[in-house]
Amino acid sequence: MNGAKIRQTIAFSVLGALTLLIVVPILGVIVYIAINGAGAVTWEFLTAAPRQGMKAGGIFPAIVGTILLVVGTMLFSLPLGVLSAIYLVEYARDNLFTRMIKLSVVNLSGIPSIVYGLFGFTLFVLLLRFGTSILAGSLTLAIMSLPVIITAAKEALESVPFTYREISLSLGASRWQTVRYCVLPYAIPGILTGTVLSLSRAAGETAPILFTVAAFYLPRLPRSAFDQVMALPYHLYVISTQVPNIPLELSFATALVLVALVFLMNVVSIFLRAHYRKKRLW
Amino acid sequence: MVEPVIKTVDLNCYFGSDHVLKGVNVEIPPNEILGVIGPANSGKTTFLRALNRLNYLHRNYSQTGEIYLGGREIREVGDNLLRKRIGVIFALPQVLPVTIFENVAYGPKVHGTRNKAVVAHTVEEALKKAYLWDEVKDRLHEPAIRLSGGQQQRLCIARTLAVEPEVILYDEPCSGLDPISTAMVEDAMQKLKADYTQILVTNNTKQASRVSERCAFFLMGELVEIDDTHTLFTNPKDERTDDYITGRFG
Repeated sequence: MNGAKIRQTIAFSVLGALTLLIVVPILGVIVYIAINGAGAVTWEFLTAAPRQGMKAGGIFPAIVGTILLVVGTMLFSLPLGVLSAIYLVEYARDNLFTRMIKLSVVNLSGIPSIVYGLFGFTLFVLLLRFGTSILAGSLTLAIMSLPVIITAAKEALESVPFTYREISLSLGASRWQTVRYCVLPYAIPGILTGTVLSLSRAAGETAPILFTVAAFYLPRLPRSAFDQVMALPYHLYVISTQVPNIPLELSFATALVLVALVFLMNVVSIFLRAHYRKKRLW
Repeated sequence: MVEPVIKTVDLNCYFGSDHVLKGVNVEIPPNEILGVIGPANSGKTTFLRALNRLNYLHRNYSQTGEIYLGGREIREVGDNLLRKRIGVIFALPQVLPVTIFENVAYGPKVHGTRNKAVVAHTVEEALKKAYLWDEVKDRLHEPAIRLSGGQQQRLCIARTLAVEPEVILYDEPCSGLDPISTAMVEDAMQKLKADYTQILVTNNTKQASRVSERCAFFLMGELVEIDDTHTLFTNPKDERTDDYITGRFG
């Protein structure tokens, strides 16, 4: 073996080891939660409401609440995010206005989640009189998710080759037809990835829902979008720190369900991505 | 003289502060194949893309002077209709990542043809005119990217023909093709002469002399000379044209 080959082998080993290092904490967290919580995840735990001041029963209302919040968040942030990205990439000219929007998007992603929570509380709960409700919580989470969705959608649109647009326009298609038929279909996998990423973060956030939607103890299902609801991350926080004498196993089981839910979302997105990739012919 | 299909009056083109095309006046009669030759950076492609306003896809492009299509200033025609009437074939075969059929059907569809039978008929006719039908009729629903380079370029011609243009612009259409594919593209151009006005930008002076009836020589943004191809190649009026076609520079 000569010098170059040896150096290459060393470099690859180091890079491989460092990459492996990323997997360790993730696996560690999941395995630790699973070992401690799996025993408590029973059918009753998944489908029943909490009883006896959350010391017994299940977490069904919290699961439903988190799912409702994720869906509500997506309803607001996905169209708004994708349409903004389309505007920025396909239509906007490079001027002060556009630069201001881009700067806002970047800065939006740097705001701590508790600030979103307080902002949502002020705007949606108090000013717009939505009350502590699913609507207010979803809107707050949606604003928090927007920067990631916009950035991901922007990058996905920009990665579609310029030649597709040139072909389409040169055949006399309008700008919107070009976006609709020659750009968007090829950007969907990337947009999906970003959306799921930001939604799974929204699913696990506590601070933004603290004042806008989350109920401390509400062992029933919500009746409308203006109703409060329990949510997994907040429930986890409550039973771990706010209520004494709750079996530790229940906390681990709740965490396990939350992680599994996020994992499930990612699996769905992988299948959707594969489905859309198949449509692209090359 | 017959009414020209395309006429440019004092056409000046700029990319930022670069003066790329300087006061070009050209008249192109119907059914002509006009060859456009000249060394790199002479403004040939800019001239071509000015005709269907594709230059405006660049942010810092600007232009003065007038361009007429069938007697009407092209700005009044509207970009979408203009580009339907003046089609373009790019230097490298550029296919969309869809099937052979969908590549050709795209144009008619965006121009509002909904009837599937009509679209299928248009696609077939276009592929026949581009001399590709026999090679692809059994594999219309395969990805277009699987075709060879020469087939892809003829697919691009078919795609342009499918929107029923009046003028076809070719921007060095054979620069990436082997001699046999080149011959097929040139063949197709000759057969299309009956129905279309064609403009061929090429770096290959031999190709210009083979295919075109009149030829324009551009140098550094200036239209130096335009004449019958035979005259231009055998008895050029300008010394610079003579230098270029005899290979003294460029």
